[in-house]
Amino acid sequence: MSTLSAPTLDITAIRQQFPILHQQINGKPLVYFDNAATNQKPESVINALNGYYSGYNANIHRGIHALAEKATAAFEDTRKAVQQFIGSREVEEVIFTKGTTEGINLVAATWGRMSLQAGDEIIISTMEHHSNIVPWQLLCEEKGAVLRVIPISESGEIIWEEFEKLLSAKTKLVSIVHASNALGTINPVQKVIKAAHAVGAKVLVDGAQASAHLALDVQTLDVDFYVFSAHKLYGPTGVGILYGKRALLEAMPPYQGGGEMIAEVSFEKTTYNVIPYKFEAGTPNIADVVALKAAIDFVNQYGKSAIAAHEDALLQYATEKVGAIEGIRLVGTAAHKVSVLSFVLEGMHPFDVGMMLDAKGIAVRTGHHCTQPLMKRLGLEGTIRASFAIYNTFEEIDTLVSALKDLAAKRKK
Amino acid sequence: MTIQEIQNEIIAEFSLLDGDKEMILTYIMELGERLPPMDESLKVEENIIKGCQSKVWLSTRLEGDKVLYLADSNTQITKGLISLLIRVLSGQKPEDIMTADLYFIEKIGMGQVIGSQRSNGFSSMIKQMRLYAVAYQTKLQS
Ligand SMILES: Cc1ncc(COP(=O)(O)O)c(C=O)c1O
Repeated sequence: MSTLSAPTLDITAIRQQFPILHQQINGKPLVYFDNAATNQKPESVINALNGYYSGYNANIHRGIHALAEKATAAFEDTRKAVQQFIGSREVEEVIFTKGTTEGINLVAATWGRMSLQAGDEIIISTMEHHSNIVPWQLLCEEKGAVLRVIPISESGEIIWEEFEKLLSAKTKLVSIVHASNALGTINPVQKVIKAAHAVGAKVLVDGAQASAHLALDVQTLDVDFYVFSAHKLYGPTGVGILYGKRALLEAMPPYQGGGEMIAEVSFEKTTYNVIPYKFEAGTPNIADVVALKAAIDFVNQYGKSAIAAHEDALLQYATEKVGAIEGIRLVGTAAHKVSVLSFVLEGMHPFDVGMMLDAKGIAVRTGHHCTQPLMKRLGLEGTIRASFAIYNTFEEIDTLVSALKDLAAKRKK
Repeated sequence: MTIQEIQNEIIAEFSLLDGDKEMILTYIMELGERLPPMDESLKVEENIIKGCQSKVWLSTRLEGDKVLYLADSNTQITKGLISLLIRVLSGQKPEDIMTADLYFIEKIGMGQVIGSQRSNGFSSMIKQMRLYAVAYQTKLQS
């Protein structure tokens, strides 16, 4: 990250926008380092939710009254904001889902069922979240297709030569995480997409951990499907985005049937609505979609590069300080990482570390992080994970470091 | 000591910790360290208590008319928690174990300290310990 161009952020002012941060946990100021699980919401997002329900709650798209007009406009405004945020050519390529998990399942159930045949192959990596493993396993089982897995190195990076060996004319899809939630590793997705396209395969990128940190332009990437969750982007829970190329989305059968997704229904034959509505059956999560726009505005206000510069600095500082504590081993030491610091403390189970940190007001995540195959590969039951966001400070990392030093001294050797 | 006396003793010890979560957890971990070791040969699949987030092994035997429990866990806090249960229930009669009112758990504010996930695990431990007592009671009566 270039330190020249990134304007420095006023973190104190930013923290003021997050009401949840200003509280005590177990008598100590809250230090929230569980941002990779979900990050906190600025006032603007909370106000957008409140404003929707207290000002213009109405069902969208079919209404002719004023509130329905306003709600529809706000809902579709978010779609436009997402389009700009991800750089998609057309607004219709942006589909609202419940989250990353639903986005992947949608693609597996529609594009996957339509495109896969017995003997075809899907490639994923060792560091995938369960939500980018299980839908493909289900699909492979149904179709007699084969799931292949890119191995990783000790540092937590995919082994490129091994990936190339897996690619063949049989490969129909490569589905890979943009940034690993357990290790922080940023995968070379641009390169992956190029290589996959060269053998005629499509690519889905799981952007759950990337959306709040990494610059994204789906057209430059030339990615076929890109999915992420609003709640990891300072937005509300229950909303996610599936981006897909128009031609693919149009060729795909619908995911669920119901209202909104149809053009005309008769008992003889039902015709489907155009994209994106074809994939948005039923009343959507209007309030949370509306509030997602406030989250995107929040990120845009500071710019991803400034946010990433701050988070990178925090990560670097934490990596040095935590890594230097005797008994601590860092897990995931890739050259390019988002602000995720995974580690283990020898002689102390991650659960115990997590609970002791919680007693000191520090929220981290412990366990397998929904990446059990990755943990198995690394020979670990789990790790302790601290992940940083725009509102975190160097002082908070100092608090973590001093707590960990205490624990390291206490543990049984 | 009776189950009641031991519970009262534990309540008295914990009251010294002033409700400070960090001190309570540290104390629980220390208790875990003092738990008599469990032989590796007993750490088998059938001795694992289901419903705990961490691994807990429990084995029992009957000595005379008393039930003896041995346990271990891969996490120190869980080990401490089960050591409390062993302190209260091990060496007691099956009948007393079955009917014991384990009021110390609420009195020391365990729920707030360990959270809901571990509380569920804690309940599973108690349930399993009582199940053994029921089995021994049937055996003793036959
Ligand atoms: C890399 C990655 N993929 C997928 C998911 C699933 O996201 P969600 O639970 O929002 O559907 C997560 C969330 O933890 C994640 O970190």
